Amino acid sequence: MSDTNLTDSAPVQAPPGVVDCDIHPTVSAMSDLSPYLTDRWKGYMREYGANFRAAFANAMVYPRYNRDGGSRMDARPPSGAPAGSDLPFMRQQHLDPNRVDYGVLQPLRPNGIGARNQAFGESLTAAVNEWQIGSWFGPERRLKGSLMLTREDPAAALREIERHGANENFVQVSVLPHGLEPLGRQRYWPIFEAAAALGKPLGIHVGGVSGMAPTSAGWCSYYVEEHHSKCEAMQSLVTSMVIEGVFERFPKLRVVLVEGGFVWVPSLCWRLDKHWKTLRSEVPHLKRAPSEYVREHFWYTSQPIEEPEDPRHMLDAMDWVGWDKILFSTDYPHWDFDDPKFAFARLRLTPEQHRLLFRDNAKNLYGLR
Amino acid sequence: MPQRYVVATAGEIPVGGSKAATVAGREIGIFNLGGEYFALLNRCPHEGGPLCKGRRTALFESKRPGTFTSSRPGEILRCPWHGWEFDIRTGRSYCDPDKVRTRAYAVTVEPGRHLVEGPYTAETYSVSVDENYIVVEV
Ligand code: FES
Repeated sequence: MSDTNLTDSAPVQAPPGVVDCDIHPTVSAMSDLSPYLTDRWKGYMREYGANFRAAFANAMVYPRYNRDGGSRMDARPPSGAPAGSDLPFMRQQHLDPNRVDYGVLQPLRPNGIGARNQAFGESLTAAVNEWQIGSWFGPERRLKGSLMLTREDPAAALREIERHGANENFVQVSVLPHGLEPLGRQRYWPIFEAAAALGKPLGIHVGGVSGMAPTSAGWCSYYVEEHHSKCEAMQSLVTSMVIEGVFERFPKLRVVLVEGGFVWVPSLCWRLDKHWKTLRSEVPHLKRAPSEYVREHFWYTSQPIEEPEDPRHMLDAMDWVGWDKILFSTDYPHWDFDDPKFAFARLRLTPEQHRLLFRDNAKNLYGLR
Repeated sequence: MPQRYVVATAGEIPVGGSKAATVAGREIGIFNLGGEYFALLNRCPHEGGPLCKGRRTALFESKRPGTFTSSRPGEILRCPWHGWEFDIRTGRSYCDPDKVRTRAYAVTVEPGRHLVEGPYTAETYSVSVDENYIVVEV
């Protein structure tokens, strides 16, 4: 008899009702955004293209392994349209069978966030936000939006918050981690001030194109390296926001790091605390050890979940990070999708831990009922 | 006691093709590798991805950085979710062949006249004596 070792991956009963904090909708074609763009910008895209700050317009620097920006091979709808562009198919393949009570949209493609032409960036970002209303959370009440903001143009970001910030279906405001400067720099503070005043979390999904090398060690050769550099960017961003004093200035600001992992958080905190003990007088605006700001202000989505040989190591990491700070996410329809039946299956969670991770933490954070 | 199930006619799965069939309550993928047939449980041991929907590739190996060889075209099945590689002949994964594997089933091609005599279960097939059939042992 051929034996199959399924002890590593036996599915657990999917807990009724999960909140999925990372779902990627995409357009079937750029024309999906036409209703939300003026003739000026439609014509601009036709003539000049949507200028992402990457080597080639509308292309990523590293390959994405699968089609449709790195999607599951089985996630294309029967029509052949790109994965993530068809709401009925998303319901059928993901929302219904995985019992998603709420799903938080993370629209990454297209976006106007990296556009150097500021007026175009503002218009494209606004169009993506209106498209979330018109095509996603308007017709599907389980879905909730992320209000995308032009990080490098805070004035435009504030206008966007004025337009849609009060819409309760936008459960967070969002920027991307790779930018021109580390995110804690004061030029970005107007966005934090507005998010704190609004009382909505700032969601930061991995990605963005800064024009600089993706890893702090320079330009790497392989996608597998670049994929990991997302965690590095998150670490730099946490360090920057804490050390610059963002949370002293905006004590109500809550930040969600999406898809950047979290097992690195404890070691980063240990190290920052150690440095702070010596170098504190350089940053006297910090009133507490860096780790305390991290513990209070950051949340983390789970996918792609680390899978150490010994599952107890994962539990230790979760103890350190805080069980109230981890939010389940799938990344549907992307290729590193985590299935709710398997994502934490090896950890043998208590029912209480299950409830927190799969549902309650996200509901509390986003004010969902 | 393993049962034998008729899952397809011999001409039905082209070379390089596959078919998913449900037998005895489980979904099984049957693969045609250059005229030889193999059957695997259509469920990835990692997070349960439907293996049949994955891409088939060659085996890529390297003796040192900067070189590579490719062999066994079409014999490596990549899970459609996270892309783990499985050997279609054995169900074993590349990353951890002893522990991470999907169940492989014995497959034979049988002439219809044997099958009519039994003991086979043809859940969806009415078997004719003049055809050849793919039979999986579950
Ligand atoms: S489910 Fe197959 S590789 Fe993850």
